[in-house]
Amino acid sequence: MTEAAPTSPPAARVRNLTKTYGAGAAQVRALDDVTLDIAAGEFTAVMGPSGSGKSTLMHCCAALDTADSGSVYIGEQDLTTLKDKALTRLRRDEIGFVFQSFNLVPTLSAEENITLPMSIAGRKPDRAWYDSVIATVGLGGRLKHKPNELSGGQQQRVAVARALASRPRIVFADEPTGNLDSRSGAEVLELLRRSADEHGQTVVMVTHDPVAAAYTDRVVFLADGRVVDELRAPTREQVLDVMNRMAEPTP
Amino acid sequence: MIRAAIKSLLGRKVRLLLSTFAIVLGVAFVAGSLIFSDTLSRSFTALFASTVGDVVVRPEGGTTADGAPSTVTLPGSLVEQLRDTPGAARVDGNVSAIGVFVVSRTGKVVSGFGPPAIGSNWSDAPAGHGLEGLRIVQGKEPHGADEVVLDERTAERAGYVVGDKVTIIPSTMLADPKSGAPVAPTRIQPELVGIAGFPNGGSLNGATYAAFDTPTAQELFLGGQDVYTDIWVTADDGVSQEQLRDAVRPDLPDKVEAVTGDDAADESASDLVDAISFLTTFLLIFAGISLVVGAFLIVNTFSILVAQRSRELALLRALGASKRQVMWSVQLEAFVLGVLGATIGLGLGVLLAMGIRALFANFGLDLSGQPLIFAPRTFIASYAVGILVTMAAAWLPARRTGRISPVQAMRDDIALPESSLRRRFVWGLALTVAGLVVLALGLFVDLPHSGWQVGGGVLAILLGVAAMSPVISKPFLALARSAYAQVFGSVGNLAGQNSLRNPRRTTATASALMIGLALACTMAIVGDSAKASIDQSVSQNFVGDFVVSNVIGTGFSPAIGEQMSKVDGVDQVVRERFGNAERKGDNQFVAAVDPAYVDALELDLDTSGAPGGGAVLLQRSWADDHDLATGDDVTLDMPVGSRTYSVSGVFEDNPVVAAPIVLSLDDFAEAGFPASDNVLILFTDDSAGIQDRLDAVVADLPVVTVKDQTAFAKEQREPIDQFVLMIFALLGLALVIAVLGIVNTLALSVIERTREVGLLRAIGLSRAQLRLMITLESVVIAVLGAVLGVVLGLGFGVALMYAVRDQGLEVISVPVGQLAVFLVLSVVIGVLAAVLPARRAARLDVLRAIATD
Repeated sequence: MTEAAPTSPPAARVRNLTKTYGAGAAQVRALDDVTLDIAAGEFTAVMGPSGSGKSTLMHCCAALDTADSGSVYIGEQDLTTLKDKALTRLRRDEIGFVFQSFNLVPTLSAEENITLPMSIAGRKPDRAWYDSVIATVGLGGRLKHKPNELSGGQQQRVAVARALASRPRIVFADEPTGNLDSRSGAEVLELLRRSADEHGQTVVMVTHDPVAAAYTDRVVFLADGRVVDELRAPTREQVLDVMNRMAEPTP
Repeated sequence: MIRAAIKSLLGRKVRLLLSTFAIVLGVAFVAGSLIFSDTLSRSFTALFASTVGDVVVRPEGGTTADGAPSTVTLPGSLVEQLRDTPGAARVDGNVSAIGVFVVSRTGKVVSGFGPPAIGSNWSDAPAGHGLEGLRIVQGKEPHGADEVVLDERTAERAGYVVGDKVTIIPSTMLADPKSGAPVAPTRIQPELVGIAGFPNGGSLNGATYAAFDTPTAQELFLGGQDVYTDIWVTADDGVSQEQLRDAVRPDLPDKVEAVTGDDAADESASDLVDAISFLTTFLLIFAGISLVVGAFLIVNTFSILVAQRSRELALLRALGASKRQVMWSVQLEAFVLGVLGATIGLGLGVLLAMGIRALFANFGLDLSGQPLIFAPRTFIASYAVGILVTMAAAWLPARRTGRISPVQAMRDDIALPESSLRRRFVWGLALTVAGLVVLALGLFVDLPHSGWQVGGGVLAILLGVAAMSPVISKPFLALARSAYAQVFGSVGNLAGQNSLRNPRRTTATASALMIGLALACTMAIVGDSAKASIDQSVSQNFVGDFVVSNVIGTGFSPAIGEQMSKVDGVDQVVRERFGNAERKGDNQFVAAVDPAYVDALELDLDTSGAPGGGAVLLQRSWADDHDLATGDDVTLDMPVGSRTYSVSGVFEDNPVVAAPIVLSLDDFAEAGFPASDNVLILFTDDSAGIQDRLDAVVADLPVVTVKDQTAFAKEQREPIDQFVLMIFALLGLALVIAVLGIVNTLALSVIERTREVGLLRAIGLSRAQLRLMITLESVVIAVLGAVLGVVLGLGFGVALMYAVRDQGLEVISVPVGQLAVFLVLSVVIGVLAAVLPARRAARLDVLRAIATD
């Protein structure tokens, strides 16, 4: 087990983030004063039972949702101070996404989907980087195909490639294997792992699958909107252990 | 299942609202047309019901075929004689004349181009069935030569109040046959002593009405003799119109007839209703157009709705609903939408009818006094049309739901099976070819009811092209995509791809616009060609230096011609008179000229014949249509009775002589037409200031104008401009439906693609870029529709003009500028149609959009 101690500043910092839904008796505290650093170049998993706030945390970090109080920094940029235009630009240039349900544009080919964020920004992809991403993703001859001609695993690999292609500061993956069989899921997780190892890509993945979590460098556990535990270089058993412990009623 | 269908309707209020739009507008058009045409015909019938007595005694041929009084009159003694008829309560002699113009305070003639300017004697005789006609509502009845009564509307429009001096031009006044000097003054200024109105409802429909006492009216309109245009006999209580008519008959002299008021009213009303029935036909054609356009939108809307719900429908199947139940649940939704749409449409139709009424008031047909008529058939037609069209249009998409298998409920994304584009293309091609054949038959082969064939052919071609359009539009859409990608980069590419994604939907939406624009283009070409033909034929045939005519086309006093001939520099004055006769039951326009001046008209005659002494000249196209040639006889029903004339020559069509049959002035007068000129052609020395000197003659007569060639051509073109404008206004409504169709399709597409929109926003597409994308999509649809429409319209227009090229419309002129404007307009339409859907898309919450199924 090698300790991957962060030497560079964190890719993302979360400070005292709080978000509540509803009001009165029905009030739900999705995030309760969460403070967290995401180290650059690391593959981090966020885990927790349903309703623990893990998805809300990711959405807030990814500039898709806004919190009630606290702040989120991507690099040195405080998201909570930005307006929609700047947030859009940030999503385009600094953040990559992988969704559970692939979310490819059906009218575009695999290749066009991959380069879409850059062409929206009006930029040419960095050729060498693009080629290495394509090589890592391993789609081979299927780049000209439309999404509906690809298998689920292939579609998700295209989605990962799209997230990586614009060299974002950080990639967020929301249950990326949730809709895949275990073999395809393993391929996608392999891909995310390699992007961290080979390209130093920062990746944050929300999952509830201990097998998926075992691919990461670090697992952060959330319950009732708080960070309750953390593992470094986890194994499947360690993760299960923590989850079981969390499931026990607190004395 | 019913509950499921209704739940699903309620669960989609926005979509419901959008899809009802098309139905609402289609029904509104039907209802509006029907309400308006009912109101129109009712108001004419009502007008005439109050313009006839229980029994009307009139000379045979007492009116010309268009209902204007002729020179044939009844002696005053007949009134006294009829007083003794058993069952007659009272007997009143009437004097009436058409072309008695009221001039407003500002010196303008109060009139439109349709309704007559009526002059008459004041009579308080009740109309048929004791119906109260015009009554004095203010002031008193006219007595003596210096007093007049006007109807309320005319007094108001002219700005007169009781006590004012009213300027009136009785342009039918007579001239002394020998000297030509006016017998009556050219312009009179009696005092307004009373205002007449319909206290119990009724309307003159925009006609102006000026009444004098009987001797004055006789003096002004009938040459001062004690004669009447007709006589009303009012029945005693309990005596029917038929009984009274039979009682009157034995007392009548030769050539005088008695008819019941009901018959007379029907007769007059039906003449006029016939004359304006083209309006009804016209409006119903537009209702048809808007329904065809509307049906496209309904098919489209339901296809999208069903596609969006296919998983839900599959779930119903999985839960045990039969194919039939699923199909009927869709049909049930269509039914409810149809009812809803028809109801709202009916309401909108009322507004539309009021709008059309206001529009027609602009053209001088004022119906504001008439309440709108809601006949049962308006309701039946609106609901039948709304429900049937919706259900029929929804049937195609509903049928497809039957092919959804239950297992698809479990799948993530399912595509509805679509009928093959190839088969659709073949059907469309067959329909187009059939339409072309029918259109060609209608245009080029002499068949009865060719209008139906032309209309049917055009409809078949439009539908055929709409069916083929997914295939034939592919190159256009692909071209648009690459052009967009070039200009707008990846956003342009996305927009182009989206329009290619579902060519059926794109082209069906475009087809709605195509239909409206195809017809607009056809009309533009027809109008432009007609104007070009008029210009050409005016420049080829205009003789003399000036034309004097009445703007409204009615006659004016021969005294004007006499005065003109005395103006310095005038060499020759050629008079033309027009009248309406009948031939074989059809109205027939006839003209009369002085035989001595036929040469001056420079007619292109096949003989050296001239009219006069029972001989007439015929226009070439009319003579050919009726198989007549020099030497044949032609029989006409003139006001005084049947007359047979021999044809002494045939002349080439010529706008200077507007009627196909030309008599001599003497024969014309003998036939019972009043001596009033319609056109004067002046030959002058063209000396300086001649126009001013001529204008001075008619300075007192704002209705009569002196025009040189340019001004004459302009005046001839004007009605065409007005007509084309009116059609454009109506087609504009069809275009509005088409634009809403684009809005509808885009809005539904945005809803359908919510998740995709969310994704694009998530990966960095800005709001402005998203709006641009949707606008570009919209513009593609609009331009596609416009291009198809302009191409088809060009074809229809040229074919139509080619078919009528031997009927005086020789020039085929394509208004290129106007067509270019249509294309530019379509881009604007596209941009406008995208505003709301784009805003909606830009406002989508990114997070929620991504989470949407």
